[in-house]
Amino acid sequence: MAKLTLEALRKMRNETQQAMSMRDSSKKDVQVIVGMGTCGIAAGAKDAFGAIVDAIASKGLTNVLVRQTGCMGLCHSEPTVEVVAPDMPAVIYGNVNADVAREIVETHVIGRKLLDGHICDRPSVDIIANK
Amino acid sequence: MAYQQYLLVCGGTACTSGQSLELAANLEKGIEAAGLSERVQVVRTGCLGFCEKGPIVKVLPEGTFYVCVKPEDAAEIVKEHVVKGRVVPRLLYDEKQAKTLVGEENIPFYQKQFRIVLRNCGVIDPEKIEDYVARDGYKALEKVLFEMKPEDVVDEILKSGLRGRGGAGFPTGRKWQFAAAQPKGQKYMVCNADEGDPGAYMDRSTLEGDPHSVLEAMTIAGYAIGASKGFIYIRAEYPLAIHRLEVAIKQARELGLLGDDILGSGFSFDIELRFGAGAFVCGEETALLQSIEGNRGMPRPRPPFPAVKGLWGRPTVINNVETLANIPVIIMKGWQWFSGIGTETTKGTKVFALTGKVNNSGLIEVPMGTTLREIIFEIGGGIRNGHRFKAAQTGGPSGGIIPPQFLDTPIDYESLAKIGSIMGSGGLIVMDETDCVVDIAKFYLDFTVDESCGKCAPCRIGGRKLLNYLKKITDGRGTEQDIKDMEAICDAMNKASLCGLGQTASNPVKSTLRYFMDEYLEHVNERKCRAGKCAKLVRYSIDPEKCKGCTMCARKCPAGAISGTVRQPHSIDQTKCVKCGACESTCKFGAISHG
Repeated sequence: MAKLTLEALRKMRNETQQAMSMRDSSKKDVQVIVGMGTCGIAAGAKDAFGAIVDAIASKGLTNVLVRQTGCMGLCHSEPTVEVVAPDMPAVIYGNVNADVAREIVETHVIGRKLLDGHICDRPSVDIIANK
Repeated sequence: MAYQQYLLVCGGTACTSGQSLELAANLEKGIEAAGLSERVQVVRTGCLGFCEKGPIVKVLPEGTFYVCVKPEDAAEIVKEHVVKGRVVPRLLYDEKQAKTLVGEENIPFYQKQFRIVLRNCGVIDPEKIEDYVARDGYKALEKVLFEMKPEDVVDEILKSGLRGRGGAGFPTGRKWQFAAAQPKGQKYMVCNADEGDPGAYMDRSTLEGDPHSVLEAMTIAGYAIGASKGFIYIRAEYPLAIHRLEVAIKQARELGLLGDDILGSGFSFDIELRFGAGAFVCGEETALLQSIEGNRGMPRPRPPFPAVKGLWGRPTVINNVETLANIPVIIMKGWQWFSGIGTETTKGTKVFALTGKVNNSGLIEVPMGTTLREIIFEIGGGIRNGHRFKAAQTGGPSGGIIPPQFLDTPIDYESLAKIGSIMGSGGLIVMDETDCVVDIAKFYLDFTVDESCGKCAPCRIGGRKLLNYLKKITDGRGTEQDIKDMEAICDAMNKASLCGLGQTASNPVKSTLRYFMDEYLEHVNERKCRAGKCAKLVRYSIDPEKCKGCTMCARKCPAGAISGTVRQPHSIDQTKCVKCGACESTCKFGAISHG
């Protein structure tokens, strides 16, 4: 990759920001985000990740992006998974084992309902989004 | 068709015992009766925290937070909030919330956390530099390189009031100022990622979740002090953090955000990783520098301070991971913004690894000045299994224990020092009445004795002596004279040790002696451990009056120490008993006790 100039960095920032807000540009309007810090992985985040990817493939869903992130801070409920879907509030699910992961795909992603029993509270406001 | 509104009803243990499930059912009935089942979903959640004020109802998307909601309140919530879109003020956690709902800023007042350091943790993909850039990443670096002189950067950090988050709390700007004032030439910027306190994982999580923030901050610091080379000293026990740092450094180099002539500014800076083998003493800055140079990690006397004479004799600034993760935000939002958060002497936030006997353990970030009560009972959801709070331990092996009377002390460097503990790097371990303070002190001394580098006598010999006394006391052989001797050793270690590790190693003993002397005296005079932790002092017995002869305890006992016939009182063979306490927790009749 070529080295960035100041302008190129700014352009890259704008483009990525736009890509994130214009979710349907890539036809992927749902994001499933799995917390994969050491703690999450130790608690089984890789199983959850695998189950989500498999469930999405077996249901033939093409609009879902599965990605990893670091620790969400909810150690008491690892593994944690956040689902961001259009017209629905973004929520974090806790204690997501492979079974719960499949239920999340079934109920939240496909059924567009929040799943009972696993929602955790988001720990704080986002200082970057709230600028 | 998606729902338009969601009522989240807490289904945690505390809330369900407060009838939250009945509440949820009532809400569902009310919504159905109002003909809104298609529009509103009632969801039972996991524990939302705030167990003290349960049952909790949270309304999404607006984020209204209702507390202490009873099943009979359901009708009002449906009638007012769901149907008419008006909040029910009497059920709000904080009535100020009612105004913010209509205002542009919807800040949840019940939330005690405020995330500066952890702003990207759990949000971005740490292995994608684009994710970081999109969230204003490397914007602070742009500003610094193109709009600020190095002295302006130092000034900004100085004015922000940021202090070292490694534990000691030295003003970061002052450190930078010293190094910047040294004559031009090779200087170094070092990130201390040698997190070693038992129970602490803040830095690991930050590096795993947001590695670029540390890289960006180090580059900014390099520009400010005139360094062209940086090292991150990280323990090899953190393989995932190392992997993510390696990925991040590679990406930053490819894009020219590290290396020669960054963004065409003419400034060059590069970062290398150095792995530690996990010695606790290498978190001490002079020992850390020795270790980077390839020598045995041992502290040396200061001055000269590393800012004057550090790595290979050159001026070196050493900052902790958490300190650095604050830097880009301070540059972007300005020192005024940052210094508006926190207390008089301590600005900004602190990340804690909240663990121990608390319901919701977690990686949390709170503004300085938050009280322990808010952290433990609101964010942490209180003490597990209905036990009582006994003490909190902060600062790891260098810190102390905080008893219940200080639960309402606002946390900052000064207030914690005043009550005999330290801020430390951020481990916060909560204890209940089943924890023995002498045993805790022994645990920490065992750790520091193991980790002492052995260079100076007060730490090497004093630590060992203290540990021996603590073992003697927990074995039931201690005397009051031992306690007096321990106090003298604590003082000597504190005054005469070479480095911070030795000077503070006696803190766990000192603070437990200060607040829990009665328990030490019980151990030595009555040979009693009220928590039931010191095995040699505990004796389990069965009350024949209460025992129904159900045989549960005999079946649970792993040592086969309990005997008796069905429906006859049982007894414990003390010579076989291993004092595990399984019998006591199994007995349904309260017939077994320890003393």
